[in-house]
Amino acid sequence: MNILSVEHVSKSFGENEVLKDISFSVDAGEVVAIIGPSGSGKSTLLRCINQFETVNSGSIRVSGRDMVTDAVYADKAMLREIRLKVGLVFQNFHLFPHFSVLKNITEAPMTVLGTPREEAEATARKLLSKMGLSEKEAEYPYQLSGGQQQRVSIARAMALHPEILFFDEPTSALDPELVGEILKVIRSLAEENMTMVIVTHEMAFARDVADRVIFMDDGFIVEQGTPEQVFGNPQMERTRQFLLRYSNQ
Amino acid sequence: MRNINLSQLLPAMIDGMGTSLALFALTLIIALPLGLLFAAGRMSRFKIIRLPVQAYLLIMRGTPLMLQLFFFYFGPYFLFRISGVDRFTMAVVAFGLNYSAYFAEIYRGGIESIPRGQYEAAAALGFTRSQTFFKIVLPQVIKRVLPPMGNEFMTLVKDTALARVIAVAELFDVAAKAASGAVSVVPYVIAAIFYLVMNFIVGRGFAALERKLDYYR
Repeated sequence: MNILSVEHVSKSFGENEVLKDISFSVDAGEVVAIIGPSGSGKSTLLRCINQFETVNSGSIRVSGRDMVTDAVYADKAMLREIRLKVGLVFQNFHLFPHFSVLKNITEAPMTVLGTPREEAEATARKLLSKMGLSEKEAEYPYQLSGGQQQRVSIARAMALHPEILFFDEPTSALDPELVGEILKVIRSLAEENMTMVIVTHEMAFARDVADRVIFMDDGFIVEQGTPEQVFGNPQMERTRQFLLRYSNQ
Repeated sequence: MRNINLSQLLPAMIDGMGTSLALFALTLIIALPLGLLFAAGRMSRFKIIRLPVQAYLLIMRGTPLMLQLFFFYFGPYFLFRISGVDRFTMAVVAFGLNYSAYFAEIYRGGIESIPRGQYEAAAALGFTRSQTFFKIVLPQVIKRVLPPMGNEFMTLVKDTALARVIAVAELFDVAAKAASGAVSVVPYVIAAIFYLVMNFIVGRGFAALERKLDYYR
């Protein structure tokens, strides 16, 4: 089943075209990694799908609902409905500093979905235990390490039971020794067949966990395929150069 | 120096304190919410809202409060031939409008200091704009504006003395009259002690509030 389909999406900031005729789709249970150099448009693509930017042309469909059709957006109610079907994990976590860990996770289900407190807290505790953070529920974000904060933010997104979860460079703001714990969480979500799109610079991880890899450069999708294809036998010169630069680091 | 009759002076000064305190409290009741409204107007996307509010804030912050007191007290008569406006009421209006302008800028500073990511995280979780403001942004703004607000509250305690220019019998007015009648500085000293005690309490109150919100960073 198709959860996300992006067709011929273009996006410009003024004269600068950052997304050029982007098309791809994601099936239920699939894990897609988007790789590419900085400024290639990966984050802008996620921001367009998550309604933080408006596209200039093209269509986006999320879990069977038309979000934008040939650059014409659906009505507010539909956009909101779609919003609740997708989750987003940010590079810099963006936890709510004035809420405890538990409240960071329960606030949206209670406020947005009207979930009763007991149910929201039960869900949150289950998620926290999955994240290995059961002892932290009463603490505040500033008391946690970056890796712990990012795990809370993943739990926060999961608490709304999204059909698809997006990660915008989830490990880029972390100290190197904390990257592993986040990748472990994402891997466990993949094992539960969570549909995910991950923008990442962690090549080894993308190769290991993704079902499909999309390489973007200069606003284009240059190449996509299984990790074996893209990493093992890249067809395009630009992909080869990019991967070479990474393996030299 | 003539002897001062403390048994007469003190009740009069306590009355004056009552008036000063009432002016202080009513000003806050008006200015705290009104300031938030002006802050919203000042940050509006729409020029037709933003520019008039900006002009208003400039005028209220750019002219003396004393002059504004005269304006609100004498204005109704000179502009509309309305006489008999209540001096205390007009003092409250002038103070309320003046302080709301300062509060608006403090709120704006606080609101603009909240990182973009907080709004985006809230939006991604499906919070509406008003839910985002009241649940996510405003609580953080309150913590950030406490120090400058503490300053304003202290200034307000002392500024209430200005109301005597339109003959509101607040503490300083009572003290000044008693001092000139008795040719003594004692009433001034008592007034000074009162303002000091008031601001000591205000300072303590803000310190307690800041401690209360110290549970997060």
